[in-house]
Amino acid sequence: MLSLSTIVLAESEGASHNPIIPAPYDLLWSTVIFVVIVVAFVKVILPKLQKVLDERAELIEGGISKAEKAQAEAAAALEEYTAQLTEARAEAARIREDARAEATQILSESRDKASVEAERIAATAQKQIEAERQQAVVSLRTEVGSLATELASKIVGEALADDARQQRIVNGFLDDLESTVKAEA
Amino acid sequence: MRILALEGALHAAVAETSDAASSDSSGFFGWLFGSDGFHAPSISEFYPDALAFAGTIFEFNRIELVRVIAAFFMILIFWLVARSAKIVPGRGQAVVEMVLDFVRVQIVEEVMGKERAKRFVPFLTTLFIAIVFFNMTGVIPFLNIAGTSLIGLPIIMALWVYVMYLSVGIKKHGLGGYLKANLFPPGVPKPIYLLLTPIEFLQVFILRPATLALRLAANMIAGHLLLVLCFAATQYFFFEATGALKAAGVVSLAAGFGFTLFEIFVALLQAYVFVMLSSVYLNMALEEEH
Repeated sequence: MLSLSTIVLAESEGASHNPIIPAPYDLLWSTVIFVVIVVAFVKVILPKLQKVLDERAELIEGGISKAEKAQAEAAAALEEYTAQLTEARAEAARIREDARAEATQILSESRDKASVEAERIAATAQKQIEAERQQAVVSLRTEVGSLATELASKIVGEALADDARQQRIVNGFLDDLESTVKAEA
Repeated sequence: MRILALEGALHAAVAETSDAASSDSSGFFGWLFGSDGFHAPSISEFYPDALAFAGTIFEFNRIELVRVIAAFFMILIFWLVARSAKIVPGRGQAVVEMVLDFVRVQIVEEVMGKERAKRFVPFLTTLFIAIVFFNMTGVIPFLNIAGTSLIGLPIIMALWVYVMYLSVGIKKHGLGGYLKANLFPPGVPKPIYLLLTPIEFLQVFILRPATLALRLAANMIAGHLLLVLCFAATQYFFFEATGALKAAGVVSLAAGFGFTLFEIFVALLQAYVFVMLSSVYLNMALEEEH
């Protein structure tokens, strides 16, 4: 009977609970627990995690900017090398062109000089030959004439002692001789 | 045939032990199998006997103990992760970061925008994680009751949000400006204010925090009652009912299984809803125009 009444009491007590009216102890403990959680999270745990997240973001951003910088540097270096290479090629081409022009010039100059020299040598030789021939002709004329005259006078006697006549005959003879030589040549 | 015989034997054993339980109620089998009929769950589930300080404001009962355990593990887990947090995250840290990211990106920044969200993210993240933990205790064996199913904790959380949105609103617009913006929204013909102002007043000062707290607590209470109903029915069908009714226990057990999964979903959903609405209220308090 007693137990029945306590059960009934408990049941009626249970029914009297209103689930949307908080009991004072409920509010108290809830506040304590929730404040502890909020303080622990907002003051300690989340800042720690946030710090790591920030560090990671910084690291990634730093890595990206570093890579970008390196890439830019590499591009600049490549450009510079390319420019230098182009310049060097142009320089080489220019030098080659100059050399070729110079060589052509030297060649033509030396060719001109050589031909002038050759002409000069030829002319000098010509002159010398002419002079010698002249000399030979003169000496021949005198010597052959006197020899022939002497011979002829010895053969024909005193008859041809006259100088003028002598000279005329010799010259006629020599002219004949000369024309036959020319005809033969 | 053999199964039937086995069942009969089991039933006899149960009857025996329940007989024994009535004479020696402290026995383990008496506790496990003993029953004096089907107990429908009632609201008194949420008012267990005090463990300490009964009758005072410091009364500490099973639900408070569950809350303390949940809070302890929540702080422990996150502290352990935060303490050894590295730039290259491990598995645990990655999961924690995913949760933090979810709250920040999917809830707070989604509602307020990146710039405004910054100052509220830590508190709202804490709120989300706390609600998830306190809700989850409802389906964890041996805890078996959500820390948020007793209205006190939801009220404290809702009050915190309430004070927060009122204070940031008043700080931004001044008391007069805030009241004017909220109670007399511009762009409405004057007579409408007769109707609109009381509604807005109710909204801002009573309904928002009250619905926050009630929605959460009611969901958790209903979830707990559902689970208790399913498991009490299973216990009753298996060990007390006779004949074909025993088979109904399979159905109620399956329902209990299904509702457990559903409660996990509700636990996450309610945390999401609570934090989402908190962000919306905070954002409305800061908004220039309504």
